[in-house]
Amino acid sequence: MKKLMLATAAAALAAGGAMADVKVGMITTLSGGGASLGIDTRDGFMLAMEEANRNDVKVIIEDDQRKPDIAVQLADKMIQSEKVDVLTGIVWSNLAMAVVPATTAQGLFYLSTNAAPAQLAGKGCNPNYFSVSYQNDNLHEGAGAYATQAGFKNTFILAPNYPAGIDSLTGFKRFYEGDLAGEVYTKLGQTDYAAEIAQIRASGADSVFFFLPGGMGISFLKQYADSGVDLPVVGPAFSFDQGILQAVGEAAVGVKNSSTWSKDLDNEANAAFVAAFQQKYDRLPSIYAAQGYDTANLLLSAIDKADVNDDAAFAAALKEADFASVRGEFSFAANNHPIQNVYVREVIKEGDVFTNKIVGTALEDHANAYVDECKM
Amino acid sequence: MSTILIIEQVLNGLQSGVMLFLMAAGLTLIFGVMGLINLAHGSLYMVGAFAAAAVAGVTGSFVLALIAALAAAALAGAVIEVAVIRRLYDSDHLDQVLATFALILIFSEGTRWVFGSFPLFLDIPDALSGPVTLPGGIQYPLYRLALIGVGLLVAFGLWLLIERTRIGIQIRAGENDREMIAALGVDISKLYTLVFALGAALAGLAGALVGAIQSVQVGMGEPVLILAFVVIVIGGIGSIKGAFIGALLVGLTDTLVGIFLPEVLKLFMDAAPATSAGSSIASMSIYILMSLVLIWRPSGLFGARA
Amino acid sequence: MSRETLFNAALLLGLIAVPAWAVMTDEPFTITLATRAVILALAAAGLNIALGIGGLVSLGHAVFFGIGGYAMGILAHHAQSYTPLMEWPFLIEGTKFMPLIWLLAIVVSALVALVIGILSLRTTGAYFIMITLAFGQMFYYFAISWSTYGGEDGMSIYVRNDFPGLNTLAPIQFYGLCLAILVVVLVFSARLRRSPFGLALNAARQVPARVEAVGMDPMRLKLVAFVISGVITGLAGALFADLNRFVSPTMFSWQFSGEIMILVILGGVGRLFGPVAGAVTFVALEHFLGGITEFWHIFLGLILLAVVLFARGGITGLVAGKEATHD
Repeated sequence: MKKLMLATAAAALAAGGAMADVKVGMITTLSGGGASLGIDTRDGFMLAMEEANRNDVKVIIEDDQRKPDIAVQLADKMIQSEKVDVLTGIVWSNLAMAVVPATTAQGLFYLSTNAAPAQLAGKGCNPNYFSVSYQNDNLHEGAGAYATQAGFKNTFILAPNYPAGIDSLTGFKRFYEGDLAGEVYTKLGQTDYAAEIAQIRASGADSVFFFLPGGMGISFLKQYADSGVDLPVVGPAFSFDQGILQAVGEAAVGVKNSSTWSKDLDNEANAAFVAAFQQKYDRLPSIYAAQGYDTANLLLSAIDKADVNDDAAFAAALKEADFASVRGEFSFAANNHPIQNVYVREVIKEGDVFTNKIVGTALEDHANAYVDECKM
Repeated sequence: MSTILIIEQVLNGLQSGVMLFLMAAGLTLIFGVMGLINLAHGSLYMVGAFAAAAVAGVTGSFVLALIAALAAAALAGAVIEVAVIRRLYDSDHLDQVLATFALILIFSEGTRWVFGSFPLFLDIPDALSGPVTLPGGIQYPLYRLALIGVGLLVAFGLWLLIERTRIGIQIRAGENDREMIAALGVDISKLYTLVFALGAALAGLAGALVGAIQSVQVGMGEPVLILAFVVIVIGGIGSIKGAFIGALLVGLTDTLVGIFLPEVLKLFMDAAPATSAGSSIASMSIYILMSLVLIWRPSGLFGARA
Repeated sequence: MSRETLFNAALLLGLIAVPAWAVMTDEPFTITLATRAVILALAAAGLNIALGIGGLVSLGHAVFFGIGGYAMGILAHHAQSYTPLMEWPFLIEGTKFMPLIWLLAIVVSALVALVIGILSLRTTGAYFIMITLAFGQMFYYFAISWSTYGGEDGMSIYVRNDFPGLNTLAPIQFYGLCLAILVVVLVFSARLRRSPFGLALNAARQVPARVEAVGMDPMRLKLVAFVISGVITGLAGALFADLNRFVSPTMFSWQFSGEIMILVILGGVGRLFGPVAGAVTFVALEHFLGGITEFWHIFLGLILLAVVLFARGGITGLVAGKEATHD
């Protein structure tokens, strides 16, 4: 203990006087169509901050309206005016691509609560960039692994025609060993899937994998349930989230989905988190809230170990991942992306509420496909 | 590709077409009679869907939900007509675009303020759920067939209203000669409010009907709004017949090109690039269709000044 | 001096004084905001030529803004990855040299504006609004699925491009560059309105028959105005991309076309400094209202409504009264 205090004092001296307060900038989506994800991210993050109840960390929160140019502008503001040390909170990959490279290039830290595009995991990796959520492909890889485990032989796969959609189908195929009955890219923002469902019916598939985030997934699931096609469906957690499930209703019950977190995941940190979140916000947490909560706790653990102005030491402290993750075992791979389990969940109805329960593990201690491309 | 699949896709195109017609009919009526470009029409669609979801959530009745959607959208329409739109009839298109764009902002964030940021739940009624088997062994969702039916009924009803009733005569007169009908003693401002509320109610109905198979969320109206504009421009602004034909054209093009173009391209190139290129072009297809129609006929298919 | 001239001078003075104050008080973000306002004003000044003088209500000007942005994005992307843009039939390398980027933005914008103009100008009124919107949507969906250049993710450029003699990474120097371009364009606009071409265009908007009667082709006048207008908005797009060091398909979105139009109307359609007044007000509203409430769009909407209903002629009209007959 004494040794540790000495070390802290030495670090403080090295930094030129008292330990500086840490300023955290959170840029996330709080208005418009995608606001529910950003609100959950913020609420999860702030819950952890409140629990820690410390006065040496200051969080500034801004709304990016889901527009890349606004996100860039807010990042500029936080870096130039607020002089933050760490940025976090962006939900969408295209916004992350707009903000993260410039942030790390200016020597700041970025901790991702959600978006983790392949470019930032491979060649574009950076010692100051950590994804606390996953790598974007992880859940799709988990779904592919589950499809193989479940013995699917002829799967029909579909996703929107944009980079995350293409990455999704690639990720699925990486771990899926059966044949493809069809591979379809839909229009981004499409709301009617009658045509694709007809194709599925005609294709002779034995199962369906889909990645359709947000309202697209709600539409697809409702229409699929009503179509009379009753092939098993698997998808990533994005379309089966706590906020979305209530809007899908019965149509989602029984569907399998891959996730790195679930509210019934059996560990102490998670039980405490779920209870505290419900207590404070009067709703069940989502995966975005869980990731926000973990991000805040990781950050706090690193602040206790190192000075944020000492890049190398702070990065090393983050990399230790010395915090109690609500996802259980958690560590970082060489490219600063998590090594964690990907679970299979099933949608169930608990009383009046639709939610998920874990029914299996798709991938254990899974990292990502880009570790070798990352040179840092 | 089997005949069954093709017939099913044509049905899908028809279904999305008739729902678009409900949106486009109001839009084109309002433009035809009052000369107003109403960007906020998509917000009325959203109002209908949210009202339906809220009422269905409390009562569990789909019929009540539809009535609520019609009433809420008509009321919202009447209110904005009296409070805002009325002052814009004499302005140019520019002011109308800006004012109704402002209404979109107010409606969207206002709805989020009242209902929260999460999507709402609205399901199809049990009596209409599940598929039916059509002649030829085609499995098709009953609810979508019902949508086609409702859309055609509304189209017929609108035709009756405009061709066979007193109000219809006034509406047609209003399109042609405003001073004349005022001179005939028709209360023109009442007529305008009525037409606007009617258009709004149709949008609200579409929102509720479509909301049952899609996601009821803030911002759901804007993509439909753009499509509805494409429809009325193709059909000729102000023409109900044009809106009907235009809606079917857009519905069929959007559905069929998206499905068949990648298949066609696969005959000439590898599967992966064909899928990707095909769906890229498909997402632009209706806009290409619209440009072609306008280049051929600058006032649309059934426009007044062709 | 008329009130409008005074108002314009005050605006220009503000655009010099505020950033100067920001430099002294070390508030670099204020400069970033001011740069954003200046670039948006430039985009709107482009639209103002088509809209204000020519009467062409284009709801597709985001096309040019996006083209400018992608001209910057593509050239700089190839330069930073040291890969050639194309090798056949001749080698073209990427570049980080701003004037070259602007040249590409201008040339491509002009060509696209020419094509869109020829096709769209056959229509009038609401049809013109909608066909320009349709072209915008085509470009938007194309950019989303154009995977070579990032698709929906867009492209990040790590370092701002170069301009000879300037350190563009210093916010105030980049701001000065943008402001200089805006002033040049405003001077050009002012001259254009008084030129024979501008007068003929103005007449073509008001009484096309009379223009035809004196042997001029109103279509050709409008087409030239549309191309000039597209070029200026395209140039603004290239600068905007450099400000953010990022391009994405949202630059092509119809909402963005709407926003440019809002800037023009808010400031006062056809007024020389209207776009400047509009852009400054819009950026300020966005910044301050956004800080007050999550639901700030409601208030933005109410303010816009108030402008349409009670302040015809926009802010310039409100401050300086009806337009003086300048010709």
